[in-house]
Amino acid sequence: MAKKLMKGCEAIGEAAIRAGCRLFFGYPITPQNEIPEYLSQRMPQVGGTFVQAESEVAASNMIYGAAGAGERVFTSSSSPGISLMQEAVSYLAGAELPAVIVNIMRAGPGLGGILPSQADYLQATKGGGHGDFNAIVLAPWSVQEAADLVADAFDLADFYRNPVYVLGDGLVGQMMEPVEFRDERQPIRPLEPKTWASTGWKKDRPRAVINSLYLDADTLERHNVDLQAKFATIRRDEVRWQGYHLDGDYDVLIIAYGTVARVCLTAVEELREKGINAAILRPISLYPFPYQALREAAQKASAVLVVELSAGQMVQDVHLALQGSRPVHFLGRTGGNLVSPEEAAAKVADVLEGRSVEVRHA
Amino acid sequence: MQHDMIIAGFGGQGALLIGKMLAYAGMHQGKEVSWLPSYGPEMRGGTANCTVVISDRPVGSPVIKTPRALLALNLPSLDKFEDLVRPGGVILVNTSLVNREAHRTDLKIVKVAANDIANDLGNPRGANMVALGAFVGATGVVDLCEVEALVRETFARKPALVEANLTALFAGFAAVGGAMADDVAATPVGNS
Repeated sequence: MAKKLMKGCEAIGEAAIRAGCRLFFGYPITPQNEIPEYLSQRMPQVGGTFVQAESEVAASNMIYGAAGAGERVFTSSSSPGISLMQEAVSYLAGAELPAVIVNIMRAGPGLGGILPSQADYLQATKGGGHGDFNAIVLAPWSVQEAADLVADAFDLADFYRNPVYVLGDGLVGQMMEPVEFRDERQPIRPLEPKTWASTGWKKDRPRAVINSLYLDADTLERHNVDLQAKFATIRRDEVRWQGYHLDGDYDVLIIAYGTVARVCLTAVEELREKGINAAILRPISLYPFPYQALREAAQKASAVLVVELSAGQMVQDVHLALQGSRPVHFLGRTGGNLVSPEEAAAKVADVLEGRSVEVRHA
Repeated sequence: MQHDMIIAGFGGQGALLIGKMLAYAGMHQGKEVSWLPSYGPEMRGGTANCTVVISDRPVGSPVIKTPRALLALNLPSLDKFEDLVRPGGVILVNTSLVNREAHRTDLKIVKVAANDIANDLGNPRGANMVALGAFVGATGVVDLCEVEALVRETFARKPALVEANLTALFAGFAAVGGAMADDVAATPVGNS
């Protein structure tokens, strides 16, 4: 298929349809409204169903129901709406249901503003809802990658029977870039028929009950042990990251994800032209986080710089990876402001010339 | 080679559309492109702007703080972005709605009275196409023939609009000293 110029939000909607998703439940919120707008038109064309729910709470529980019936289903929202969905995400994880949740992050806390942000990192990667669980979290840095990761997210959700977030900042949702959809896409994991799904009982198998309530302590503990084994497998098998200039020498290693990594890449290219060597490691999976790769890549650097549109949330994971082996510096903007390539380049110079203060792990 | 530019004006002046057409034309020329709108809360009549990158290589930052080119469709846009344009770059000023001279001396200032030209053509709503043609003529970020093809494609079902828009496009291009409008369809221009 030829390349099309699409907004990130529209590409996410189209990617979901091409991944076989025929059910969307959501509630409007800027800056992701182009997703439901696109799907409200597109779902009926492919025999699917688009429902504008009465609230995010309702939409997320519609996801729970449809996933329990074995359907590929997704919802999208932005930060405050995603907060409202956290109960259902915990239930999805508890009942081991596959669903894709797209969060086009806006600046918070509270209603905050509608401009880009990455301040939902900890909510997405550390659970968000109650109980011991993790969702897989994938973070695209371009419109093309947003489309690709949405397709992969459905496969991973089905394979692990677990909620998967696609975590984009407002930029990736709002910008237009060329995108190409692959016509003959195969699932990235072997997918079994959903025999566990609750699709009507004809006495030919045990009843399929979708539930996350276990009142007996030992039964619930066994369930938790099983879940933790699944998360351990995810941490082993689903780490995704990309490196830029990691093969050569570098003094500063930048850690950034999403569109911020592109801003940093422009900064790094300009720095390298001036003879300042910096490299980038871009986590694509935020859960599981590429701890090992980061630890290895940091060995060549004298310092590590984390750049985020937050007050420094991913810094926690970088500290966990490095265990104090390298000084960690941080550049962040909040409120919907962006980091510019000039700012990132200036911060690298500050780090190298001793003008930047190290961020210590408390 | 990378072209990056900010297109800015009042809401409704067509800044976002001009940017989209530049991005489309760049893509059709086989370039890597990104189009990033400012989507902050704005009131009616407020400002709208977008950042477009057209590059031979995959686009790095879609956020451009210091663009190589600026199209200022109105005075607030010139006020806001004039000082950010890179030395050696290009600022195209819509003199119909900007009542002051640009003060920069380290880059190329190009002027076009987009609204006046459009009014003279009997097509006041074509001011955005005049500005687009002038911007292509002043910067060479894309080939005019690609923009022409795009206009023909966009308004394929409304032939009258194709002609009106192309007339405006070519008038803008010619107004900044681009090649003769009669020749441009066959002769690629620009230096990208």
